[in-house]
Amino acid sequence: MTRGRLGAWAAVALGAVYFLAPLVATFEFSLRMRRGQYSFDAYETVFASGAFRESFLYSTVLALATIVVVAALVVPTAYFVRLRLPRLAGIVEFITLLPLVIPAIVLVFGYIRLYGSSSALPLTGSSLGADALLMFGYVGLGLPYMYRAVDTALQAIDARTLTEAAESQGAGSLRILVEVILPNIRSGVLSGAFLTFAIVIGEFTFASLLDRPAFGPYLQRIGASRAYEPAALAIVAFALTWASLGLIHLVGGASPGAKR
Amino acid sequence: MSFLELADIRKTFGAAAVVKDFSLPVERGEFVTFLGPSGCGKTTVLRMIAGFETPSAGAIRIAGADVTHLRANRRAVGMVFQAYALFPNMTVERNIGFGLKVAGRPAAEISRRVTEMLELIKLPQLGRRYPHQLSGGQQQRVSLARALAPNPQILLLDEPLSALDARIRVALREEIRSLQRRLGVTTIFVTHDQEEALSVSDRIVVMNEGAIEQVGTPSDIYSRPKTRFVASFVGTLNMFEGRVVDPARGAIRLGETTIFAAAPIENAKAGDARTIALRPEALRCGPGGGGNVLSAVVEDMSFLGSVVRIKALFGEQPFHIDTFNAGGVAPPRPGATVEIGFAREDVIVLDRP
Repeated sequence: MTRGRLGAWAAVALGAVYFLAPLVATFEFSLRMRRGQYSFDAYETVFASGAFRESFLYSTVLALATIVVVAALVVPTAYFVRLRLPRLAGIVEFITLLPLVIPAIVLVFGYIRLYGSSSALPLTGSSLGADALLMFGYVGLGLPYMYRAVDTALQAIDARTLTEAAESQGAGSLRILVEVILPNIRSGVLSGAFLTFAIVIGEFTFASLLDRPAFGPYLQRIGASRAYEPAALAIVAFALTWASLGLIHLVGGASPGAKR
Repeated sequence: MSFLELADIRKTFGAAAVVKDFSLPVERGEFVTFLGPSGCGKTTVLRMIAGFETPSAGAIRIAGADVTHLRANRRAVGMVFQAYALFPNMTVERNIGFGLKVAGRPAAEISRRVTEMLELIKLPQLGRRYPHQLSGGQQQRVSLARALAPNPQILLLDEPLSALDARIRVALREEIRSLQRRLGVTTIFVTHDQEEALSVSDRIVVMNEGAIEQVGTPSDIYSRPKTRFVASFVGTLNMFEGRVVDPARGAIRLGETTIFAAAPIENAKAGDARTIALRPEALRCGPGGGGNVLSAVVEDMSFLGSVVRIKALFGEQPFHIDTFNAGGVAPPRPGATVEIGFAREDVIVLDRP
């Protein structure tokens, strides 16, 4: 083995230890609930808890709704900006990046001020309204990820030429978007969707300040009051995130006509 | 009235005019090629016919109807792109049937037509494949079938052969031409390759800097170029600067030698400067028949298989002579002074510098 290759392996090993050591330690700790022996008691307690199931279901439904709205917003926008308004690309990109720049706490206070019970549109006044407000907040959080994923996919398929080819066959804009563009950027949309899911499922600030029964605040509550369960939940959340990333790879290469 | 009429078309992007006063009538069933270097505006004209660009001025008429401002998807114009542009998510069959599906044709009719088109492009066994499973040549044939399936009024070909390797390019251009003849579809073909243009076209439109330089049959364009640009762009030409001696007799002086063109020189008087163009293959070593003789010094020569290319100097002016590699005839040696003969009919007097 050459000296250079040895160095590369050492760097990889160091990186792996940096990421894996806390994970392994957390996992090991999560198994120690029963005194003197390893067990999955902490996981059983977590999964048996009604609060876990309810908050997880709530966040999952909210994440799915977020994905539908953000995709419906971003796909046509990115497509038409790339096709007809390329000069606006910079501005749109800047707007989609804003949620990364503005802290969530600032955003949520803005929402409460704009849509509080004494405002013209008092969304926080009802449970459904607050759910909708939380979902729209998450749409903002998902924007940078979804826009980038979709725009990169559009670039990769040469959307302009495909659109012109479909137009010369007599197709209108809606048919082109649904039958030609969308199926070919499916992997991009799904990448954006899974990233959005991973963000929404563990989000704390929005959900907590809007007082919604989401998974993030549940994690925080358990973390503050229990010893082993938070470690088990951290492993579960980590597994969910990795499952999402794994699915991106899986479905990304599985669309019809995609090169394998 | 012509089937396709382009009347005084002009296209500007900002301050730059990329197409200037472009007028061209095209007859039904004609195969017309736009030939010119990159950036000459040929693709822009094609895109205006397709409806992807709108002319800044002028009108486009197809079968008598003004389509200048009609959307691309209402023009019934088929287009084949350089990059194939097949829909990656659809099989070959679905690609070919797409236009018919959009037009709302019944499934049985679509299926019949798709089978017919697959037979036409000689790929009946590949209907279930996806585009990425095909070679470049196969993809372009499918793209051609897709463009032809809905029976377009006009077929537009935007450098369809540029992305293919040389052998496939020659085979496919012959296939395109034979298909076009068989179907009789009016076709506009854009290319920067003069050989392609000369081999397939009924007429060639040579373009330069957004304007038409010359319109004519391939033989016209090759043998009787009207401008220096056309002469230099189409084929290899030797150019000589001369002065008109006697326009009525077609006499022109090149250095100390007087040569004669077959026809009188139009719009010229004695003493006018004119550019003379001579094809390398029209020149022979030795005086030969035909009347004109130049004295030149052989500089170099190269064997190109069936052809021997001789580089020679006429005074200070270098030029080429192409002769067949006839066995037994020794080519002249470098440094030798030879007489170069050529016929009056081969003398091309360019109208414009």
